[in-house]
Amino acid sequence: MITATNLTKVYNGTKVLNIEHLDIPSGQNFGLVGNNGAGKTTFFSLLLDLIQPTTGNIFNKDITVSESEEWKPFTSSFIDESFLIGYLTPEEYFYFIGELRNRNKADIDSFLGHFEDLFNGEIIGRKKYLRDLSKGNQKKVGIVGALIGDPEVVILDEPFANLDPTTQIRLKKLLKELSKTAGTTVLISSHDLIHVTEVCERIVVLDKGYIVKDIETSEATLAELEEYFSGEIAES
Amino acid sequence: MFSKFIWLEWKAFFRSASFGKSLGLKILMAFLALYFSAMFLFFGIALYPLIKEIDPAADPLQLVNRFALVYFCFELIFRFMLQTLPVIDIKPLMILPIKKRKVVNFVLLKSLYSFYNILPLFLVIPFSIFCIIKGDYGTFNMLGWIIGVYAITLSVNYFNFIIKKRFTENLKALIPLVVIGITLALLDYLEIFQISVYFGKLLEFLVQNPYLAIVPVAILLLLYKWNQLNLQGKFYLDAHLKGKSREANTREFGWTRKFGSIAPFLQQDLKLIWRNKRPKTTIYLSLLFLAYGLIFYPNDSYQEMPAFFVFVGIFITGIFMINFGQFVPSWDASYYPMIMAQNISMRQYLASKMGLISFSVVVLAILSTPYVYFGWNILLLNIACALYNMGVNIPILLYAGSFNKKRIDLDKSPFMNYQGTGASQWLVGLPLLLIPIFFFWIINKFINYEIAIGFLAGLGIIGLIIRPVLLTSLEQRYRQRKYVMIQGFKQKGE
Repeated sequence: MITATNLTKVYNGTKVLNIEHLDIPSGQNFGLVGNNGAGKTTFFSLLLDLIQPTTGNIFNKDITVSESEEWKPFTSSFIDESFLIGYLTPEEYFYFIGELRNRNKADIDSFLGHFEDLFNGEIIGRKKYLRDLSKGNQKKVGIVGALIGDPEVVILDEPFANLDPTTQIRLKKLLKELSKTAGTTVLISSHDLIHVTEVCERIVVLDKGYIVKDIETSEATLAELEEYFSGEIAES
Repeated sequence: MFSKFIWLEWKAFFRSASFGKSLGLKILMAFLALYFSAMFLFFGIALYPLIKEIDPAADPLQLVNRFALVYFCFELIFRFMLQTLPVIDIKPLMILPIKKRKVVNFVLLKSLYSFYNILPLFLVIPFSIFCIIKGDYGTFNMLGWIIGVYAITLSVNYFNFIIKKRFTENLKALIPLVVIGITLALLDYLEIFQISVYFGKLLEFLVQNPYLAIVPVAILLLLYKWNQLNLQGKFYLDAHLKGKSREANTREFGWTRKFGSIAPFLQQDLKLIWRNKRPKTTIYLSLLFLAYGLIFYPNDSYQEMPAFFVFVGIFITGIFMINFGQFVPSWDASYYPMIMAQNISMRQYLASKMGLISFSVVVLAILSTPYVYFGWNILLLNIACALYNMGVNIPILLYAGSFNKKRIDLDKSPFMNYQGTGASQWLVGLPLLLIPIFFFWIINKFINYEIAIGFLAGLGIIGLIIRPVLLTSLEQRYRQRKYVMIQGFKQKGE
């Protein structure tokens, strides 16, 4: 589904991302792990054509993302709060995205019905603008917004951060179902090793822009990851 | 501790994201400051001889005192519109071991260094020197007067902050005050109750008893204290730092559906305009400028230069286009990455902006039809200007917009707000107005009025016909600039 080749990104002479080859097959639940500055968000931004690669290309379903906009109809994402429109209410935001993805109001209403638990009565019908919601609730809106319109690829940057424990558990279930039942390719990044190992079938560890590990998730994965990251402490 | 604050301010100034980038703007501001200082100084020096020349019998000081109240009222109004409380970013300081009072004092004392507080000195001091030398006022008396008047000016400074705190959230509550002010002004004007005269008498009394300058100084100190208590009481996250969240306005703009594929964006933009302070004022400005024609059409001195009416026509039908269009796409700065990653093609995005602006031109053109009162040729000219705006000026504006890479915070007040303003904003106005005026002037001079109008309309219609082609090249241009824009819009701060 997604292929990156010879992908590098250089900022002021420092290489912040250097991926020779990465192939993410369709329907995979893909997790990206790494410390701050490892290049996770850079990779996602490149995938969404928000920044330009220094060399190489990313193909989303054989479409070169930096050259064509054809990937937009089947790709959706939530990176940070710049993906929210502050002066809209959550409903309006969902309807707006719905219209961009050819879903009418009724579709969206029934779609939102599935998320009543997740929203916990704090989001729909509260007559509040998005800019006035708490960080956690904003995140919920952004994540749910990214699921509208049955996208084939969903990209979420740190979806678990800022969420309350109940929502984290719900979200994990949701993400697992998404790739299992709908065959959606889900890309997430996280600092929480337990969450990613639970959700993702495959985990890639980035360090200073390089892929240092590429693991099919199994029982042993969490221990392996923990060992890897505590190894960095031992080295220093 | 104060030196630490000053150090913070210093860093904030020199490390702000746009420092250096908007050098042109800074030069302009410096120029304006110099200009006003020079004007005030000139006026301060010339005031005494001027009054003597107009009316040799009058006592200049008495006359000045008589108008002092009016001056202070205007000062208050100006300050209310232009000056803001210089709140340093106190949020991170709240948890540090710094006494609240120190932070508050710093904020309040810093406001004294405002340019608005220095200006009156240029006026007051030269005038007083004249009063001492030419008039027969004692040095000590005039010193009392200077201190008194300046203390009142500074009181106005602090009084303004108190009003601002109270009323910026709720401008309607200001109405009774405005009504009282207008009533007093009327009574004064009709010479029923001349409050300004009484105020003048008070100032004269001050001159005779200069030690009484202690009274305005005491008022100043009281106002300072009031501000201090006011700010100290609000030194909590949930007070004014967080900002009030009002109940959302859920107007739907359902009628936009008629516009087909660009409908969601149109709806979106209308909400953008309607729900945010700064874009909302562009609407009010547009309506205000609709009356612009009234200044020119009845005026005989412009009848000989119909080219001037082109300026008026472009302006009336295009004021929203200019005000709103020059900041496309900065209006969407805070969520530009989302627009770029969502299922919106660049073409659709630009087409919807064009649609919105064209729509505004049509509405303003319709609203300007009453100008037919001044003759059919005016109406025809305005329609031609509207067509020209839609066909030619909108693409030019959007092209200029592709140079924008400065963020706009939608909720900041638009008065004296230069956020998002760069060189392109200053330059783009020229071709928008000068090109049509030039064409019109040439053709009107060598052929006739009708053909000149027809030519402008023709250019507009051609522009409308080739709009798809223009859109394609604009799209390419915006695609090229996309990464620079996303990067630039992330930069917060002035």
